[in-house]
Amino acid sequence: MKRLTPTLDAAGAILLAVIWISPLLFAFWAAFHSTSDAVNFNIAAPWTLDNFRTAWDGAPWMRYFLNTFLLVTVVLIGQFILTTLAGFAFAQMQFPGKDVVFILVLLQLFILPEVLIVENYAMISRLGLFDTILGIGMPYMASAFGIFLMRQAFKSVPIELHEAARIEGCSWFGILIRVYVPLAKPTYLAYALVSVSTHWNNFLWPLIVTNSPDTRPLTVGLSIFGAPENGVDISVISAATLMSIAPLLIAFLVFQRQFVQAFLRTGIK
Amino acid sequence: MSNPHANLERRRQAIYGWLLLSPAALLLSVFAFYPSLATFWSSTFSRGNRRNPSEYIGLENYADLFADPTFWLVVRNNLFYAGVTIPVSIFIALSMALWANSKIPARGFVRTAYFTPTVLPMIAAANLWLFFYTPGLGVLDQIGALFGLPSVNWLGQPETALWAIIIVTIWKEAGFFMIFYLAALQTIPEDLKEAADIEGASRWTYTRRIVLPLLMPTTLFIMVNAMINSVKLIDHLFILTKGGPSDASKLILYYIWEMAFAFFDAPHAAAMTMLVLLVLGIVAAIQFFLIDRRTHYQ
Repeated sequence: MKRLTPTLDAAGAILLAVIWISPLLFAFWAAFHSTSDAVNFNIAAPWTLDNFRTAWDGAPWMRYFLNTFLLVTVVLIGQFILTTLAGFAFAQMQFPGKDVVFILVLLQLFILPEVLIVENYAMISRLGLFDTILGIGMPYMASAFGIFLMRQAFKSVPIELHEAARIEGCSWFGILIRVYVPLAKPTYLAYALVSVSTHWNNFLWPLIVTNSPDTRPLTVGLSIFGAPENGVDISVISAATLMSIAPLLIAFLVFQRQFVQAFLRTGIK
Repeated sequence: MSNPHANLERRRQAIYGWLLLSPAALLLSVFAFYPSLATFWSSTFSRGNRRNPSEYIGLENYADLFADPTFWLVVRNNLFYAGVTIPVSIFIALSMALWANSKIPARGFVRTAYFTPTVLPMIAAANLWLFFYTPGLGVLDQIGALFGLPSVNWLGQPETALWAIIIVTIWKEAGFFMIFYLAALQTIPEDLKEAADIEGASRWTYTRRIVLPLLMPTTLFIMVNAMINSVKLIDHLFILTKGGPSDASKLILYYIWEMAFAFFDAPHAAAMTMLVLLVLGIVAAIQFFLIDRRTHYQ
């Protein structure tokens, strides 16, 4: 019995792992084979890149990639600036009303931007940002979650460093940029990984505020491309899907440890 | 005699503090607080058209919703969705973590396999699963055919459509929850295991009496996340079922989207949004009062 359990464990763990990864493996298989070979699981069938060619010609992917890239960049830059400033104010400044505002910020953790789509859409239209990259990114920039995270990171900076910098004649802003920001680098990295993968994958909000291929991110492009009404076959959809997840997936496989650490750091408060 | 200085310093801090806060406060107001209030406001107005301009009607939109059988169906679907995805994801995440933490061969592969769905967009996940669910050609049907089972239209019949959606959600989130368990497991001191072994406790007893209680805070944290996910993870509906057939797999957020952007009925969408905010408020209260009692924000 004692000898058997580890073997059973290993078998169960590996079986579950294979099941878990199988949708990706099947997509991989389908993407590199003709549709009929793919669905018949013809093991000896020749590999082909035709599906990727068909998929690539079927939609302005280059533009979608660029849009997604711009989107995650814009969101990340906005988040870094806003959460750094606000996080620093909450962590190291004393001013009246701070606690009340902080509670309001925490409240926003539960007011998901996804839920407020109707009014946020009205707001974005009013601001003239409909169908722009900035319009997709803006509601996410003042992330309550990011503010909270930066506040925690800044709170753990030893006060002696702060005092030393002040005695050296550093201004508030100088202290923030030269002392706090460098020391919070791991938090920034973790936040960046989580933010990029969140917004690379975001769908509902971009679907609502975009209306043209010029702003559409990958996820929205992929959903339109793969819509059953378009009658695209499964191999081509698989190829398009693999194409659009490839950058993030490869980044994840290479920097796996950092990704997992990032999700952990930003998840556990 | 440092009073004037201290005063000046305090005032400077107040000004700087608010200055630093203002960009974030502005955007939060514009995209979270104002829209929440505006949602409530517009939920009390009728839907205007050319002949009848929109007018104040109090809670009538809410009454309409409560009288709408589709609304109740969607609520039931969503409760079912939450009721299955939350416990099953947690259970699978825990099993994954216990396995990924034990000394098994190919542990690196196992961990990667479990976690990978987390970094994929929900839309891509839906496309991958489409290959499983397609009747006749799909992987599930082909496996079924090996055992002589008839072809099943998993996404096209009311009995199975919601289940198909649920499975994709579990597949997507379990690996994410696993890493939190994994991190928690690694903080459990080795001596506890040794002590349990010396006492002759079985592995099951050790897991149930020592590991699970120690993982309780993590479980609560994951549960709150899973509750939020059961409201917001709906992207795959757009690919797999579009809420159908006959609303059998429609979830609340999807219904809100449909109401607002397909039927152009913003007031009813707003009323439904308010109800979701209420539920999220309850989740927030659970988080603050039940879970954060022990953790402190310092």
